Amino acid sequence: MIPFTYTRASSADEAASMAIRTGHKLLGGGTNLVDLMRKNVELPSCLVDVTALSDSIKETQEGGVMIGAAARNSAVAAHPLVRTRYPMLSRAILAGASAQIRNMATVAGNLMQRTRCIYFNDVAGSRCNKRSPGSGCDAVGGFNRYHAIIGAAPACIATHPSDMCVALAALDARIHVYNKNATRIIPIVDFHGFPADRPDLETVLEAGDVITSIEIPVSPFAARSAYRKVRDRASYAFALVSVAAGVTMRERTIDDIRVAFGGIAPKPWRAFRVEMALRGGPATQEAFDDAVEAELARAVPLAGNAFKIGLTKRTLSAVLTELTGDAR
Amino acid sequence: MTIRINNNDVAPPDDARVSLLDLLREHLHLTGTKVGCNQGACGACTVLLDGDRVLSCLTLAVQADGHQVTTIEGLGSPEEPHPLQAAFIEHDGFQCGYCTPGQICAAVAMLREAASGMPSYVTVDLATEKTFLSLEEIRERMSGNLCRCGAHNGIVKAIQQVAKEQAA
Repeated sequence: MIPFTYTRASSADEAASMAIRTGHKLLGGGTNLVDLMRKNVELPSCLVDVTALSDSIKETQEGGVMIGAAARNSAVAAHPLVRTRYPMLSRAILAGASAQIRNMATVAGNLMQRTRCIYFNDVAGSRCNKRSPGSGCDAVGGFNRYHAIIGAAPACIATHPSDMCVALAALDARIHVYNKNATRIIPIVDFHGFPADRPDLETVLEAGDVITSIEIPVSPFAARSAYRKVRDRASYAFALVSVAAGVTMRERTIDDIRVAFGGIAPKPWRAFRVEMALRGGPATQEAFDDAVEAELARAVPLAGNAFKIGLTKRTLSAVLTELTGDAR
Repeated sequence: MTIRINNNDVAPPDDARVSLLDLLREHLHLTGTKVGCNQGACGACTVLLDGDRVLSCLTLAVQADGHQVTTIEGLGSPEEPHPLQAAFIEHDGFQCGYCTPGQICAAVAMLREAASGMPSYVTVDLATEKTFLSLEEIRERMSGNLCRCGAHNGIVKAIQQVAKEQAA
């Protein structure tokens, strides 16, 4: 690790004024950032600890939930409002990492975490356009079992590793960002970018931006929602494929539906085409399969990850069968 | 400010690069906490921070400034072992013993989490506040602590016994 200084910000304003300085990086729990610094992937000259910012979890006037940026993952997963109104979010957080890491990790840090692509993490031995733009990508022709099948680019096929963000994408979460006396709200589906031109730019945040909270709107479909994660071992592993889904039924018809995928794309993948195909139609196996095919028509599988197409199809089918079970 | 470690006040290091793990082992010679992967993948370095289980390898010591740290040395002694330490001995919850301090620190916090109604990924009904620590629940909740000897059956039995004693 290269030498760096450490300081604590007591407000969003203070954090923003420090975040804009060259080499300064905001620190949440550090579960990803500290690891990347030890591997010389991240080389900040100053860490600004922002865990003193709000960590409250409160109901909004509209009946949604506002989660402070510094709230720990475990606190969000355990909160009664989240468990009862947004079970997919609770389950997604509990599917990620280990209890120790969930106790440390903040929700803002989770939004900002970086890919676990082994080539991105290997400074000494691998080329990576995300880490070093223009250097090339060793994943495309390498071991790409864990890489993206949709939304990627020849320059970068890394996946976004978060479970929480997949549920947030399905829930249309809004990210509140502070910068220089102004707050703006970024929809989660616009927060993370595509790697096409600049794989090193992963979010739309700009210098001096500080995430202050995550707002989850009222979501009637979320009461009947689920998160399922498929991975190489039963626990404490990143997703090969994950599905967050919520459904409301009108008799035997799907009235409303939200679906997002994890583990298959460079960003939490909101499956708008799946939703469009299923909304207003029957909850049948055939409809589920057709919907996934509409979404994955643009998929570009690689030598090591073509299995994810079938796995995505089967996982979504299993989740939707469970959610629509008694109405089918 | 200071870091309170096992009820002793310790000054945070001048060098921000020092991890909590290195502060414990290299500066304070509290070598009960173990270095495993040093990258958040094994759980051997688990300690309690304000009572919650965390990984000391991914915690900078300066982040712990103003907080309380409890290590395996602060939980029990050979004369007066913590109930989980006694249960691990009774159920052969280890072979080489390297992961054991992390396992026990994690288990101490896990039992408290479960008692407070914290759900896990395998909890069927997330709305329920009553957690029954089945073998499946214990395995999921302890999945952040690897044991390369494969002593998991004994580890899970030891934890389940203490959970039952605490519930009684």
